[in-house]
Amino acid sequence: MQRLAAALAVLALAGCGASDDGSTADGAITGTVTVFAAASLTDVFTDLGRQLETEHPGLTVQFNFAGSSALATQLTQGAPADVFASADTDQMDVVTNNGIVSRAPKLFATNVLEIAVPAGNPGGITGLADLADPTKTIALCAPEVPCGAAAAEVFDAAGLTAAPDTLEEDVKATLTKVQLGEVDAALVYATDVQAAGDTVEGIEFPEAADAVNGYPICTLTDAPNPAGALAFASLVTSETGQKALAAAGFRAP
Amino acid sequence: MSLRAHVVVQRGSLAVDVEFAVADGEVLAVLGPNGAGKSTLLRVLAGLLPPDVGQVVVDGEQTWDSAERHVPAHQRSLGMVFQDHLLFPHLSVTENVAFGLRSRGARRAAARAAAAPWLERVGLTGLGDRRPGELSGGQAQRAALARALVGDPRVLLLDEPLSALDARTRLTVRAELHRHLADYAGSAVLVTHDPIDAMALADRVVVVEDGRVVQAGTPAEVARRPRTDYVARLVGLVLLPGTGSGQQVALDGGGAVAVAEDAAGPVFVAVRPESVALYLERPAGSPRNVWPARLVAATPHGSVVRCDLAGEVPLTADVTATSFAELGLAPGAAVWASVKASEVAVYTR
Amino acid sequence: MPAPLLVPALLAVAFLVLPLLGLVIRAPWSQIGPQLARPGVGEALRLSLVSATLATLISLVLGVPLAWVLARSRIRGRSVLRALVTVPLVLPPVVGGVALFLVIGRTGILGGPLYAHLGVTVPFTTTAVVIAETFVAMPFLVISVEGALRAADARFEDAAATLGADRWTTFRRVTLPLVAPGIAAGAVLCWARALGEFGATITFAGNFPGRTQTMPLAVYLALQRDPEAAIVLSLVLLAVSLATLLLLRDRWLGRGVAA
Repeated sequence: MQRLAAALAVLALAGCGASDDGSTADGAITGTVTVFAAASLTDVFTDLGRQLETEHPGLTVQFNFAGSSALATQLTQGAPADVFASADTDQMDVVTNNGIVSRAPKLFATNVLEIAVPAGNPGGITGLADLADPTKTIALCAPEVPCGAAAAEVFDAAGLTAAPDTLEEDVKATLTKVQLGEVDAALVYATDVQAAGDTVEGIEFPEAADAVNGYPICTLTDAPNPAGALAFASLVTSETGQKALAAAGFRAP
Repeated sequence: MSLRAHVVVQRGSLAVDVEFAVADGEVLAVLGPNGAGKSTLLRVLAGLLPPDVGQVVVDGEQTWDSAERHVPAHQRSLGMVFQDHLLFPHLSVTENVAFGLRSRGARRAAARAAAAPWLERVGLTGLGDRRPGELSGGQAQRAALARALVGDPRVLLLDEPLSALDARTRLTVRAELHRHLADYAGSAVLVTHDPIDAMALADRVVVVEDGRVVQAGTPAEVARRPRTDYVARLVGLVLLPGTGSGQQVALDGGGAVAVAEDAAGPVFVAVRPESVALYLERPAGSPRNVWPARLVAATPHGSVVRCDLAGEVPLTADVTATSFAELGLAPGAAVWASVKASEVAVYTR
Repeated sequence: MPAPLLVPALLAVAFLVLPLLGLVIRAPWSQIGPQLARPGVGEALRLSLVSATLATLISLVLGVPLAWVLARSRIRGRSVLRALVTVPLVLPPVVGGVALFLVIGRTGILGGPLYAHLGVTVPFTTTAVVIAETFVAMPFLVISVEGALRAADARFEDAAATLGADRWTTFRRVTLPLVAPGIAAGAVLCWARALGEFGATITFAGNFPGRTQTMPLAVYLALQRDPEAAIVLSLVLLAVSLATLLLLRDRWLGRGVAA
């Protein structure tokens, strides 16, 4: 615990110092950047990663997309990474509390939940109340992951008891069940509905505003490629990154 | 005739073509070297292997095998004793013996009751609850015999029943088997490569070599007048082909033998090992058949040493162990062999 | 024991046993009580044990006859058949889960008509758990039993035939008892594999406490929220597996093999 306090103190003092290892004399960045990112960021971040690689030949951006809680666990267990982007602040807190972020995390996007149904809406879903209907086959994210936590908040705010048939380990797995046509509806992010294109239809619902997920991003203390880490994080928060996120359906932070 | 069979079957490179008949109560021995096709023949009779061509008919009316049908093994009224007894290891001796009855529909208690007297008959009283693994070789084979006979089969097949037993056990079990076969009312076919089994147990013998019958007859006939080298060697005879004229036979391989009967044309000359006497020096006196020879090999058989002799007239001589030692014989020794003409058998080829 | 064999053997033991020891040593023993008392634990354990046992029973009923066909029958294309039925052994379990969806999912080849005419769905039910586990575990049983049948002396079956037993009676009274140890060994392997199954289960049956959340799924999710809870759950699974394997002793599995 004392070590933790000391680390937090260092954090507070460190401020926005950036080290320049990993960059060559003329500012070009090389090597590999490892990014741990929430599953919902899969499409957007992959595109941004490619963009960064084009700007910096010699740089490779590698991703590990999964449920934010799984990623947080991996990081606290010592997995080597440069950047962490979480789907909610709770999971980011887990990582921060372990003293492995190199600077205060920055919110770069928000996301809201949306009901996803298979193309053609075979289950005849109209709103959130249908997801509390036990006769329908519903998939939700497990409460341990951010999208599941948000779902819990949403049902709470609406005064409904959810009736899920399965609690999936990340939002992409939940979406897959909808794409396979095996469930009548699921609660996923608006961005996931958009990313799924024609295979899935989205139904917005008013209670979604009660659970807005804030997406923070940060670089990590033991980053193997600090310059690369900074470059990617900056790209995400830059105008380019924000435009890409907006195009994917994310809302402003 | 209670069992009539003509079996033609191809197994790999061996072509088996055998025909014989066995009457009720009769025991037929099928004698032959390994690889002669004896076991194949037995498997066909048992129904485990359909013949390519042929007929197996029981009691003159029941066709087990023919061009139109093949009755599978489990529908044939037969009992089979195997070389390795093949008692089911997970069943007790009584359950083994009762197996044939139970598989044909008898209830457990009735089957066990029917099995009990058979255990007595084969001398296994009190061992009914043991597992086969706890029996000696001889006991197991007796149990196998009881198991085969308990269902009162029309045909009894025995596949080298004594071969897996040690010499001493073989003597006792052979004697008992002789008794049981004598009591058995159906047709029995015994396959063996041991001529003593055939001599001791069979009423008739059929010699099979390379899938074909080369000789048939009573054991005594076959022993006295073997038709092939194999049989002759088996019963200890030396068989020499030659051409006879008067009381002399000129051997095909060289040399001459004086015989006591008139012989003409192509003949076999057969000499019993016990009729051959060995000397260190050329003996004087009456024997007209005296030849020099060299001792190639000596094998002790009980109190007798069987000597293989090489020379103009190759012979086998049985010499008492004492004489062997007194003569100081050893392989490679030069000796003289002599046989009385009256003890040389000769018969047409 | 020769050194060239002893050293690798010791390394193998270390490799396999140390992670288990790590679980035991690092377990939060002071919190074991409260952790075990949490509601999901008992449910997940019960579900795991029940589904693994059911999967093994189904595997026995279907797998032993299949093993007999592969070992004893003379149909053509046996080697192709053998290759096909052992594919689940090499298939990644998640792929297996997806494949199961495509056949008995709500929109699947067989599942579609089932849903349309009878309103019955299989995914996300305990039945789905059993199906997923059977799919991945049955090949273990089939391979074991086929091996045992091949090793068994076929001459006993000949002897039974000469004693009047038809093929079914021979199978029942002679063949089966003779290969019983092999079947038992295969069943244990099958049960163990079913108990630990994760990928196909979470994909096809989903995850819902009490209905489809088996122990492996519970451990996986607990790891994300509370690693200590995950360790405790893992210990429980380890203890249960160890107890079962120890109870089924050598002599029941290896009769005829040196003890």
